[in-house]
Amino acid sequence: MSSTRQNVDGSAALMATKRGRSDVPFNKHRGQSKTAGDWVVDIIIALILIVIVCVVIYPLWFIIIASFSDPTAVAQGKVNILPQGFSLGGYAKILADDRIWIGYKNTIIYTFLGTAVNLIVTIPAAFGLSRREFRPRRIIMFLFAFTMFFSGGLIPSYLLMKQLGLLNSMWIFILPGAFGVYNMIIARSFFESSIPEELRDSARVDGVSYFGFFFKIVLPLSSAIIAVIGLYCFVGHWNDYFTGLIYIRNQEKQPLQNILQMILLANQVTPGSGSSMSAVQSQNFADQIKFGIIIVSTLPLLVIYPFLQKYFNKGVMIGAIKG
Amino acid sequence: MERNAMSVNQKGGGVTGQAEEVARAGVTPEKIKGQSLAESKGKVDVIDNLEARRHAPLPMRVADHFRRYWEIWVFVLPSICFVALFSYVPMYGIQLAFREYDITKGLTGGKWVGFKYFRQFFNDPMFVEIITNTVRISLWTLVMGFIAPIILALLINQIGSSKIKGFVQTVTYMPHFISTVVMVAMIQIFLSPGTGLLGRFFGRTSLMGVPGAFTPIYWISEVWQHTGWNCIIYLAALSSVDLSLYEAAKIDGAGRLQLIRYVDIPTIMPTVGVLLILQMGSVLGVGFEKVWLMQNTLNVTASEVISTYTYRIGILDNQFSYSTAIGLFNSVVNFVFLVAANAFAKRVSDTSIF
Repeated sequence: MSSTRQNVDGSAALMATKRGRSDVPFNKHRGQSKTAGDWVVDIIIALILIVIVCVVIYPLWFIIIASFSDPTAVAQGKVNILPQGFSLGGYAKILADDRIWIGYKNTIIYTFLGTAVNLIVTIPAAFGLSRREFRPRRIIMFLFAFTMFFSGGLIPSYLLMKQLGLLNSMWIFILPGAFGVYNMIIARSFFESSIPEELRDSARVDGVSYFGFFFKIVLPLSSAIIAVIGLYCFVGHWNDYFTGLIYIRNQEKQPLQNILQMILLANQVTPGSGSSMSAVQSQNFADQIKFGIIIVSTLPLLVIYPFLQKYFNKGVMIGAIKG
Repeated sequence: MERNAMSVNQKGGGVTGQAEEVARAGVTPEKIKGQSLAESKGKVDVIDNLEARRHAPLPMRVADHFRRYWEIWVFVLPSICFVALFSYVPMYGIQLAFREYDITKGLTGGKWVGFKYFRQFFNDPMFVEIITNTVRISLWTLVMGFIAPIILALLINQIGSSKIKGFVQTVTYMPHFISTVVMVAMIQIFLSPGTGLLGRFFGRTSLMGVPGAFTPIYWISEVWQHTGWNCIIYLAALSSVDLSLYEAAKIDGAGRLQLIRYVDIPTIMPTVGVLLILQMGSVLGVGFEKVWLMQNTLNVTASEVISTYTYRIGILDNQFSYSTAIGLFNSVVNFVFLVAANAFAKRVSDTSIF
């Protein structure tokens, strides 16, 4: 069966990453001389990759330097590679804006609480469903997986939330999304491939219950997958715009993304106080505020990102086992 | 993440959900494995008198099951409750599409009207425009968003030094973590006429207001943001290539390009197949958030898609039944495409997700 074959491929992929990437020798061309054609291909590939990296990185770099530069220079197109002039006016304005602070506070609460609940619900479920002797798991898995392909849609969900009294409540950010089928499948694949069956057998012989097995043996071995799922949830909550748009009417409870939408897209920037500014100047200043807000709102993710990148990689690899 | 998964369901996926959709494929291997394991299990457990217990009366077997596995039920029960409440109750509420919504009688109490709202949708003057927009945007994004990660993965796989490889990967994943709101803000800033990084090349008019430019802006920014992330899965497949294949091919005199053509590409084909099937499930599913945020009065003729129309009709205009009917139509079409693509792939290439 093709599916079983992919399964094998996936485990091999996982093993390959565990061994480390460095021992993939094929393109080192050991002991073999490259032909002229190969050199040309190499150079072309290198050039294409350099262009790709520049295309990806430049917009991000531009926003960073533009947020520090003199707004007028940015508007005139003088800021290209390095910052021109130096101005923290945008950041000062952002830090003085109450809306940003409220949004930040809300998002931090929703994100941390939401991620914690996600993990508490998802990880035990994944463990339970990874136990092969647990017969009902097939029907449960089917019912879970079905929800990924078919859903009630916007309005029935909306009316349900209304009935449950979740409209305009912070719990709308935490409860409906508490359980993610996709994350559960990743975690379950991890448990199935990384927790040897012998471990459970010997634990059972020693009279260890499932609870004891899960908390004392499985969890300490699963920090990688908990990190991966936790990060997925964290990013998901942090970037969530949809929930705030549909379910929250009260501005005091809006998360950061919805505040950003008001400021960045609906153009409610208030560079305001200086009547000395011309319309053009104030527009330029508004742009600088936007650059700054982009940085400030994305900063937490960018800060944790390099440290956790290997986990992200791993998580997708584990997910790929089942692909 | 589930928040995403949920909105993905509502908006139907799109290319961004690729990684998630990969995992959806997980249903089948599990079933097959579960089956064979259950069989072998039966043999092993004869010591536990499983055979004898299998013939016991049902209530006894159930009691026995719960005595042995009540702890597992405790682990799984919260998730079952959440799925039942937040996924299956709304599915039950789909009947609203066939009823007149009555605020006093709740979700299921209204008068039965049959296919009235579906007929209304098909006769809606907006119908053709919405469907065309949805299909156009999603096909462009699907095709481009599908090819780009494959090419990028093949290229990255050619890098010899693991440090450089890691660097390229780190850089190309990064945009994936930018939120949709910030992404759209960046698009607007870069395209702002006259002063923007790209906008200055397009004269005085803003591209955001040109209907014809909407689809390209949408899919190019999608590709920019998600290609790096979506290529991880192909890199995983490529890292599992049997190295002796390369050696053998090289002995046969294969050059660099031939190695890619005859070793790398066949290696990732099964992954490509599964992902392609899953993508077919979102032909009518253009993500809500990004289209909604990019939409304005000038480009609305090219940017009104099913998900935004559902939102406008349902949440903003309070026509609950009509909106539910449109949403249901969308879900059903997606589901049919998925099943059809799966059946087709099963027949021609023995690749399937269920």
